[in-house]
Amino acid sequence: MNTITILWLRQLKKYFRSKSRIIGSMGQPLLFLIALGFGFGPIYQKAGGGNYIDFLAPGIIAMSILFTAIFSGIEVIWDKQFGFLKETLVAPVSRYEIVLGRTLGGATVALFQGAIVFLISMLIGFSPNLVLLPFAIVFALLISLFFTALGTAIASMLDDMQGFQLIMNFLVMPVFFLSGALFPLTGLPSAIYSITLFDPLSYGVDGLRGTLGAVTQFGLLTDFTILGVMTVIALGIGSYLFSKIQV
Amino acid sequence: MYAIETKELTKKFGSLTAVDNISFQVKHGSIFAFLGPNGAGKSTTIKMLTTLLSPTSGMVTLNGFDVSKDSNEVRRNFGIVFQDPSLDDDLTAYENMELHAVLYKVPQNEIKERIEQLLNFVELWDRRDNLVKTFSGGMKRRLEIARGLLHHPKILFLDEPTIGLDPQTRNHIWSYLIKMNKEEGTTIFVTTHYMEEADKVADQIAIIDHGKIVAQGTSAELKEKTKTQSLEEAFIALTGHEIRHEEAAKGLHMRHWRSAARRGS
Ligand SMILES: Nc1ncnc2c1ncn2[C@@H]1O[C@H](COP(=O)(O)OP(=O)(O)OP(=O)(O)O)[C@@H](O)[C@H]1O
Ligand SMILES: [Mg+2]
Repeated sequence: MNTITILWLRQLKKYFRSKSRIIGSMGQPLLFLIALGFGFGPIYQKAGGGNYIDFLAPGIIAMSILFTAIFSGIEVIWDKQFGFLKETLVAPVSRYEIVLGRTLGGATVALFQGAIVFLISMLIGFSPNLVLLPFAIVFALLISLFFTALGTAIASMLDDMQGFQLIMNFLVMPVFFLSGALFPLTGLPSAIYSITLFDPLSYGVDGLRGTLGAVTQFGLLTDFTILGVMTVIALGIGSYLFSKIQV
Repeated sequence: MYAIETKELTKKFGSLTAVDNISFQVKHGSIFAFLGPNGAGKSTTIKMLTTLLSPTSGMVTLNGFDVSKDSNEVRRNFGIVFQDPSLDDDLTAYENMELHAVLYKVPQNEIKERIEQLLNFVELWDRRDNLVKTFSGGMKRRLEIARGLLHHPKILFLDEPTIGLDPQTRNHIWSYLIKMNKEEGTTIFVTTHYMEEADKVADQIAIIDHGKIVAQGTSAELKEKTKTQSLEEAFIALTGHEIRHEEAAKGLHMRHWRSAARRGS
């Protein structure tokens, strides 16, 4: 086994051992799907939007990936506080390998979480077109990687969890709400619409929608290119900041 | 070439100078005790020696490699047992050991055998599949020590390794460390507040106070210099009687409090 594999495996083990985290992270998407899906469904249909669950489900899958991935990245802070991080930082391996293993592990967990929500949403009435499923997985993976790397970058700069609430309220929630996960971006006032164009998750959500059978807004190639480039940049920044950690 | 060499090493945290212009050398294969009151700057020095903190100024080399420039090469040369907790509580004892073995590139076919041998040594083999969060403080400490020895480092840093351990375990562990030192020539750099321990094992002692080295030499030399009978008396003569309230309160870590509480009760 090598460094990257064992650190990847560590993230997985920690996730699957924490039953409360798995169950807890299913509750929120389920609530969104039921409350919003059944609540707004009729209005959406009346407005001529078609089946709201088919529109909403990719957004909620992206949401659960977003939260899980950010949280996985933020785990760096816990490892700093509980001391385990030191153990990896003094090891004779490149810190880029360490951060890569961690990030891949966090992204895998997020991807798995997205898969669970995908299945749940099918139970609730989501009927995706499965022809492009492999491409949907690619988009889910990019979202996972991007936000795990972002979480890692943020956590590398923080010393404790005190800033966490701030990050949730001023970064993660806006990223979620401005991504078009819950409503179409097309009807927005142009000022807000331009902001949504800077939101990486907008392209993730749009890509998931497009590959799962709904119409895309930006086009799949645009989604893939922009999200792909942003992911590479985030991985670079996350790794760099991680490599500079002092404890 | 020395195993460890520092020149005018300094670390400032804002306005506080935690380590103030210290220079020392540690010979290959020796046991070097780094003693000092709470908050003196011992752990900060170890962090700089082990690439965890970058010095404000000054130079450190390990086996000739510069800590700031060749940090990857430096990391191949040492093992460390930290003062603060450093285990992953959500993994088992075995998994913590295995992760270390992989990070330190212990040959795949030796991993299992070495882990078994060391976990037996610290009497945790029966508990290998338990999550570390179910361990007592002393068990965690033993696991950390076993882990630090897993990859046979050339230089071993031990930051208060025996804190919170009972006398039997302390003796048991020290006899193993001395054997490693004799047989494999492992250089040992240790901090401790147990003066008898330092007196027994150390070839060289440095005493640090308020970030500065106030004396260096063998135990006999320090006693002679201070005209005292024991290393403890020499230590007090060199560092004074006052308790380091301010620094102690800032510098102490969780484990201190826990083990102090354990000793007190
Ligand atoms: N990250 C930090 N930020 C600010 N000050 C620090 C930091 N780390 C250590 N210090 C300060 O540096 C000084 C030296 O601390 P250090 O941990 O090196 O002491 P020590 O000799 O190991 O003490 P002890 O015997 O209690 O472990 C203390 O005053 C401490 O408060
Ligand atoms: Mg210390």
